[in-house]
Amino acid sequence: MADVNLTIDGKKVTAPAGTLLIEAAKSAGIEVPSFCYYPNLSLQGACRMCLVKIEKMPKLQTACTTVISEGMMVTTDSDEVRQARKGMIELLLGNHPLDCPVCDAGGECELQDMTFSYGAAESRFIDVKNHRDEQQWSPVVYFDRPRCILCYRCVRVCGEGMDVWALGVQHRGVSSTIVPNQEDHLECEECGMCIDICPVGALTSGAYRYKTRPWEMKHVGTTCTHCADGCKTTLGVRRCSTGTELVRGDNRDKSGINGDFLCIKGRYGFDFAHHEDRLHQPLIRRNGRLTPCTWEEAFQLTGERLRQIRDREGGDAIAVIGSTRTTNEENYLLQKFARTVLGTNHIDHHRTADYPALVAALAGHPKLTASMRELFEAPAMLLIGNDPTRQHPLLAWQIRNNVRLHRARLYLVNAQPIKLRRQASSFFAIPAGREAEVAAFLAGQDSAVAAIASETSPEAWIRWRDQLRREPKLVVMFGSEIRGDAVASLIKFAADLPEAKLICLGDYANSRGAADMGLYPDLLPGYHPVTEVGEFHKDWGGVPEKPGLSLRQMAEHAQAGKLKALYVVGANPVEELGLDPFVFSQSFVVVEDLFLTETAAIADVVLPAANAYEKSGTFTNTCGDLQLVKKAGEVTGTKSDFEIIVRIADAMGVAVRKLVPFGRGSRADMGQSRGAQSGEADRHSVWLEARGLEPKMSPFDPMAILDEIQRLVPGYDVSRLHLLAGMDQHTSLSGSGPGTKHDPSAIMPARDDLFSSGTLGRYCRTLNAVLENGHKLAAEEEVAAE
Amino acid sequence: MRFSEPFEQRFQEMASHYPTRRSLLVPTLLYAQDEVGFLSDEVVAEIARRVELTELEVRNVISYYSMLTTQPRGKYNVQVCTNIACLLMGGEEILDRCRLKLGIREKETTPDGLFSLEEVECMGACCWAPAVQVNYDFHEHLTPQKMDQILDQYTKKGTERRR
Ligand code: SF4
Ligand code: SF4
Ligand code: SF4
Ligand code: FES
Ligand code: FES
Repeated sequence: MADVNLTIDGKKVTAPAGTLLIEAAKSAGIEVPSFCYYPNLSLQGACRMCLVKIEKMPKLQTACTTVISEGMMVTTDSDEVRQARKGMIELLLGNHPLDCPVCDAGGECELQDMTFSYGAAESRFIDVKNHRDEQQWSPVVYFDRPRCILCYRCVRVCGEGMDVWALGVQHRGVSSTIVPNQEDHLECEECGMCIDICPVGALTSGAYRYKTRPWEMKHVGTTCTHCADGCKTTLGVRRCSTGTELVRGDNRDKSGINGDFLCIKGRYGFDFAHHEDRLHQPLIRRNGRLTPCTWEEAFQLTGERLRQIRDREGGDAIAVIGSTRTTNEENYLLQKFARTVLGTNHIDHHRTADYPALVAALAGHPKLTASMRELFEAPAMLLIGNDPTRQHPLLAWQIRNNVRLHRARLYLVNAQPIKLRRQASSFFAIPAGREAEVAAFLAGQDSAVAAIASETSPEAWIRWRDQLRREPKLVVMFGSEIRGDAVASLIKFAADLPEAKLICLGDYANSRGAADMGLYPDLLPGYHPVTEVGEFHKDWGGVPEKPGLSLRQMAEHAQAGKLKALYVVGANPVEELGLDPFVFSQSFVVVEDLFLTETAAIADVVLPAANAYEKSGTFTNTCGDLQLVKKAGEVTGTKSDFEIIVRIADAMGVAVRKLVPFGRGSRADMGQSRGAQSGEADRHSVWLEARGLEPKMSPFDPMAILDEIQRLVPGYDVSRLHLLAGMDQHTSLSGSGPGTKHDPSAIMPARDDLFSSGTLGRYCRTLNAVLENGHKLAAEEEVAAE
Repeated sequence: MRFSEPFEQRFQEMASHYPTRRSLLVPTLLYAQDEVGFLSDEVVAEIARRVELTELEVRNVISYYSMLTTQPRGKYNVQVCTNIACLLMGGEEILDRCRLKLGIREKETTPDGLFSLEEVECMGACCWAPAVQVNYDFHEHLTPQKMDQILDQYTKKGTERRR
């Protein structure tokens, strides 16, 4: 749009036509105070804090609703303006309880700040304050009416942003009040957006209220540990008797890919860390019972047994199950440990999406994946399968708000009438399980239309496809319904479009990372087949070349008595995948986890692990955006999976430097002088040198493995500086190995809903409280109906 | 939930006047209230469906307008103006008289369900102050005595019909 020139406080400012005055001022570094104005929400003009003087206009104007125009002369600070602001604050404080000393928002309250900057110390009101008791609207949301300044931010973010419309304003004038949709309680998505956006302490959360003061916490921005979307969540931590306690999750840092957004899991789903069932001590099975022991004993026993089994029976007798919630560094280290130390390719994880098929189909098509940020800007979006509102809350937010703010077109194909259809420009219902036919039809196989044209005519499908083919920039998203050949069809379709990009939806926080880092029996990091001798074989000095066993096959192997040891890191296959625990009764089972899960219960050694909020590293979200995981809390008695793997390797008598490239000097000197590396330059130091990076000094530093990942895994050589600065970096799949075609039935979607999160979710107090409350309300309704 | 034929006709006609469904909300609420007597949960749900809003949004609007009610009212809703013109001309006395005569306070309904009482702001009848509106009928230049007579008339009308 054309630019407009204006003057604000004597400064010449140029901004695109259509810009709001308050934003134009902000771009020139001039702050106009505001309460009700919030970027990307509809304009309200309710609080009148943003009054400014505009020449030739008779009265003060609200900067938040005024669009700039050529030659405008604006004064944002004068006696008149200051007087007006002071008056506004005096009115707002008229019935405000001023209970700042006990208010959750005290110390980070916009009303406090504004009063400090623009308000008056005295008030002319002498009336008695009109008190109302606070109300609990849900396990998550509490409302303290007298504190509310009626900015309506909560109403707008819930409606416009979340498309939930659970909050409203009732009555009029001074009696206006915010109300929940069910008269005295809320029925909603419990995202907490309304709480975070509230400029004062009127809306507070059940998870945090009255727990601490904001300045007593340290705030750590990290990546959410729940779904695969990778929101940045800021954890508030405080010292406590057992280490550092997580007291709050919120979105104060809006620099993440999620902008303003967090769902209930990212905001309140951190309390599992302090669940009473959390393991604080390693356990060893003695006389049939799991009994506490020291870390030394546990490492000794594990190391010794694994070494014995490897030496006597060979790597084929050992299997490893990795996690979708451990960091990339841990996943990479785990499979390297499995392959180079245990000598086995029997390594797998809970697969929720067919990334290898995506990689295979993408071969020769560079840059065909979209990032979470790109999705928000895409003029057109196609989604086949999945229900993002429940399974990918951030993705759903991006889609909704892209439609609302950028008028993007959304094409939906689903077997269920999912909620996103309210934003869709077209919604095609298909019979359940026919997503693959949709992909085939898109790829040009016209005969497939018969299977999908139940509610919509074949002609309409053809028109729809023609329309899609004309979309200049389309982001294609698909859930786990699309696997194997169907993925290839979709990519065939997308590759013929001018600029289509894809997002393949996996389910857990680091599902994509687990796949990228090679937690597959037949694939190395970067989707390189174990059968093809390449970089990794050379670099690691040998990798078993026979593909290993998948999860299911491991169980069969165990049943046949051929599996002598099973090492499980952060996974609960007994519960999540229905693996029969008894088949492992003859194997030596080691489990690393936070809790005594169904899988840990059958173990011979249980090692209490730290969770993603208690360690550092990186996660890759389902789009392929690489982000930093930063250590926030700490619980005594636990160790990161990274450290545990290294310690087990050490207990097995391995030169740890072969596993983790740490310390100075040539790696050829680090126990590799006679390996495949001998006589060659130390590629790792050459790589570090070229990038101006230092060798890492500790074997427990995940950054040392990140160095190796960035060096060896295609697509991961992103800007280290930006990554460490907390920015998301899109990894491209274009340089990857050939990928592969797997048995589609190996994919088991997590089926998590808004308020559940696999095994971890079962230990989240807030999530459980919301679920229980839902059941209670449903039961009450049933009684009432009878 | 079913409304009368005339209601449906009116609704159809209105629907053709407005560019969006939600614009129909306020008149529809008024007509529904006239027909049902108040805006019951059932009415709210039905109207929300028809104008494509959430029930919450419909309730927000109802709460904004004092002439809309979600509680049953008496057959005759006595609305006494105490805004400036009426106040100066004795509106408060009229209100007092109604309270006394009917034995109820504002926003209450007599036990026989005949009357309810409300204090309202200016109804645009200032020239004939003090004024009272009973349902849609105006009564002007009132004195406490006149008010008594009017209430008596309504009592008669109300009980006759009932017999
Ligand atoms: S928690 Fe989320 S869905 Fe619920 S009322 Fe607040 S903004 Fe709306
Ligand atoms: S509750 Fe908070 S966000 Fe909502 S209107 Fe009141 S002050 Fe604004
Ligand atoms: S959308 Fe996913 S990543 Fe974001 S907060 Fe929710 S669970 Fe976490
Ligand atoms: S910020 Fe402009 S009126 Fe509230
Ligand atoms: S003041 Fe009573 S009608 Fe206007």
